Amino acid sequence: MEQEALLRVTGLKKYFPVGKGDLFKPKEMVHAVDDVSFEIKKGETLGLVGESGCGKSTLGMTLLRLTEPTAGQIWFEGKEVTRLSKGEMRSLRRQMQIIFQDPYASLNNRMTCESIVGEPLSIHKLYTGRERRERVAYLLGKVGLGAEHGKRYPHEFSGGQRQRIAIARALAMNPKLIVADEPVSALDVSIQAQVINLLEDLQNEFDLTYLFISHDLYVVEHISDRVAVMYLGQIVEIAPKDELYSSPIHPYTEALLTAAPVPDPTAKRKRVLLTGDVPSPIHLPSGCRYHERCQRRQVDCLDGVPELVFVNKDHAVRCRHF
Amino acid sequence: MEKLLEIVGLKTHFFLDNGVVPAIDGLDFWIGRGETVGVVGESGSGKSVTALSIMGVVPNPPGKTVEGEILFEGSDLLAYDAEQMRRIRGKEIAMILQDPMTSLNPVFTIGNQIAEVFMLHGGKSHPEAIEGAIEMLQVVGIPNPEKRVHEYPHQLSGGMRQRVMIAMALSCTPKLLIADEPTTALDVTIQAQTLALMASLKDRYKMAIMLITHNLGIVAEMCQRVVVMYAGKMMEEAEVESLFANPMHPYTRGLLRSLPGVDRKERRHQRLVAIPGIVPNLLNLPKGCRFSTRCEEHIGICKEEEPPLFARDRHRVRCWLMKD
Amino acid sequence: MDIDQPIRHVDAVAFQFSRIKKRIFRKKYLKIYVGGSIFLALLFASLLAPIIAPHDPAKLDLTLKLLRAFESEDFILGTDNLGRDLLSRIIYGSRISLLIGVVSVLFAATLGALLGAISAYFGKYVDELIMKVVEIFLAFPFLLLSIVIMAFLGPGLTNIIIALVLSRWVQFCRLVRGEVLSIKGRDHVVAAKALGAKDMYIIVRHILPYTMPSLIVMCTFEVALVIIYESSLSFLGLGVPASVPTWGTMLAEGRTYMMAAPWLSVFPGLAIFVTVLGINLLGDGLRDVLDPRMRGR
Repeated sequence: MEQEALLRVTGLKKYFPVGKGDLFKPKEMVHAVDDVSFEIKKGETLGLVGESGCGKSTLGMTLLRLTEPTAGQIWFEGKEVTRLSKGEMRSLRRQMQIIFQDPYASLNNRMTCESIVGEPLSIHKLYTGRERRERVAYLLGKVGLGAEHGKRYPHEFSGGQRQRIAIARALAMNPKLIVADEPVSALDVSIQAQVINLLEDLQNEFDLTYLFISHDLYVVEHISDRVAVMYLGQIVEIAPKDELYSSPIHPYTEALLTAAPVPDPTAKRKRVLLTGDVPSPIHLPSGCRYHERCQRRQVDCLDGVPELVFVNKDHAVRCRHF
Repeated sequence: MEKLLEIVGLKTHFFLDNGVVPAIDGLDFWIGRGETVGVVGESGSGKSVTALSIMGVVPNPPGKTVEGEILFEGSDLLAYDAEQMRRIRGKEIAMILQDPMTSLNPVFTIGNQIAEVFMLHGGKSHPEAIEGAIEMLQVVGIPNPEKRVHEYPHQLSGGMRQRVMIAMALSCTPKLLIADEPTTALDVTIQAQTLALMASLKDRYKMAIMLITHNLGIVAEMCQRVVVMYAGKMMEEAEVESLFANPMHPYTRGLLRSLPGVDRKERRHQRLVAIPGIVPNLLNLPKGCRFSTRCEEHIGICKEEEPPLFARDRHRVRCWLMKD
Repeated sequence: MDIDQPIRHVDAVAFQFSRIKKRIFRKKYLKIYVGGSIFLALLFASLLAPIIAPHDPAKLDLTLKLLRAFESEDFILGTDNLGRDLLSRIIYGSRISLLIGVVSVLFAATLGALLGAISAYFGKYVDELIMKVVEIFLAFPFLLLSIVIMAFLGPGLTNIIIALVLSRWVQFCRLVRGEVLSIKGRDHVVAAKALGAKDMYIIVRHILPYTMPSLIVMCTFEVALVIIYESSLSFLGLGVPASVPTWGTMLAEGRTYMMAAPWLSVFPGLAIFVTVLGINLLGDGLRDVLDPRMRGR
């Protein structure tokens, strides 16, 4: 069954200038997102993994035009998001929402839980008075909070409960796509599972599409249908979950998968231990961006950045040697 | 195994305006010579306060160790005066913290910071101490130690800084290393490097490690024995294989079940089994067992009386279900 | 506290009332009470000046000049070099001083905070432009700037307030700009943007409230400054007419007699001090209460 793509991204780039250049020294650029293309089908969850600084959060923000892309196109339901005016973009925001990592920072601590969840409704003038109150109560119920929580302020909630409030706020306008940027990373293990289950339930009930950004490979494996791996601003491998986890092709994916500690003391580890750090996204390595740390490096890895090549219909990889 | 550190009935409380927080509320466990013991728990479980109590650096006020003994090689650290404690810290027991950026001083070169330890505890002169620092940087696998020794913390990456912290901690070859979430701020690939380094240094220096973490994967990989803490109390203690294969406390079971990817071999998409509810407020603990409010297996007595530790199959478990 | 429970109307009222009572008599409101009482007392004194002042503040009687404080029952705080009653002059002085202090700081703070927030929030050209204007204002010393403005507008109460607002808003602007630069990147602001909120809504609702603590502290300092600046202007003949007493002018005049008649400068100074203390306490208390994190402590 071929499904239409809800979101399609082609050649997306986001560069940030660092410091101030002058006449004799051009501005240096952080290549946070550099030529990223992918699509997300309706109702699916695309996991996005990578280490800190690989650009995965910037990608999420750029998709919603919370930072303006430097180049490339974003298509949402056939509309080119990158061309919309400010006003058109504002109304499109009803369709695309975001959940942040830190539930302590993402809620205005001067507003009650009720007014936080009801805020999107008042911004878009969707419901008024009694209807709005009912809608807010309904949303709070959906994320497992009770009516008695409505009048409380964020500091009176635990991290997990705050994340539930943030989820209720994102749901308020019946969005189609939710970008979840490390939504469970700041939570305790026992709470993580609650929030992951909640996200899955809501996806089933409201037919949501997720872009799930995380550094935790196990969480991504659990929740995603397909997974994309990012390294230094580029997608190095994208494939259906089972395929990616059982037979990764890109050497970086392989190293990443074996690096995560397994919660099983009897497991035999054959770990690919990477040497060195992630290179600076300002002064990028020439050739393949991974070659300096690559365990399967060859001479021709230095000849330009490899293209993202499809191995089969759903599995693409940015490496010359597979 | 010979006991290097033994904690008996430790209680560290924080006296706040709105009540007393029993951050550690009666803790008993020990660490053998050269052994790695994992201390796992969620936020508020008291695992970090345990480390601070052992080092004698609980912020006072509001915190204070009110009861118990911390026996290090047989003598009670709590009876030591400030000067005696100073000689223990860094030399016999060293500590590394989660965030290497805030635990290093930004205005001194890393060489000077490592050298300081040598000068404080080894009585070495400055040039000798710098030599020592270079050697230590080499031990922890920092390339170009002669050059790096003159660099400042901000010039290093997160993983490198954590290596510098490890170098500082190990420079006096302590008998016990307390590592409080040493890799939580690091990326997976850097975490793997750092853990591998710690494991190899442990063998080289024959030291014991108390590894505080919330990551059960790290525990499985690094530790011989595990202490599971919840809301200030130890809930279960066992050898690592046995704990993962046969968790006896409902909380331990819940934690393991709630991990995604544990039943990876089955590759079935199933719901995670979450522990319901939230961690209780330490100011307002439930009556009886402190896990009873979230426990799905609780019986009548659980909400009445706090369970003692029961010994069973080489586990120690604080649960009434283990009574007979 | 159970909010789910259906509560009968009478109960609800009683419940609300007991809650309000409980909230009022808490220690943390002490600051508001003390500060508020001081402020209210000053306000009443200035409004009711003709009733409570024992003498006409402008009445000269050179036979009674430089009476010491606390020596005469009729002139409790003594008299000045022209024999005018100091207490009456302080009471009447509160009218102008309070008015100028509070009104010009309120306007300056509002103007400065808004421009500062807009400058930082939008960045780029908007920021460049506003910051250039700020630099121009900063380049002139305060007095010179005020003299130029007053020369254009002519003397008078409204004009002196305009002059003070125009010379003080810059401080607020710079403070708020700095704060907003760090606040605008926070998640809750980005979240509001992601919800489709308009820029001014975000500034007013999600950014400015976070600058309140430092803004309030700055306001209390500025009130004192402005009261004194007014005296400088009046001294130069650019402010209110010399016959109208203000604390600033009294302080300035008293300086001449500092050794011989210290009470002439001590009491107006004390009046300014008490005013600032009151406003400071009030601001501090309000800040704590307005911050929900401090509630229920």
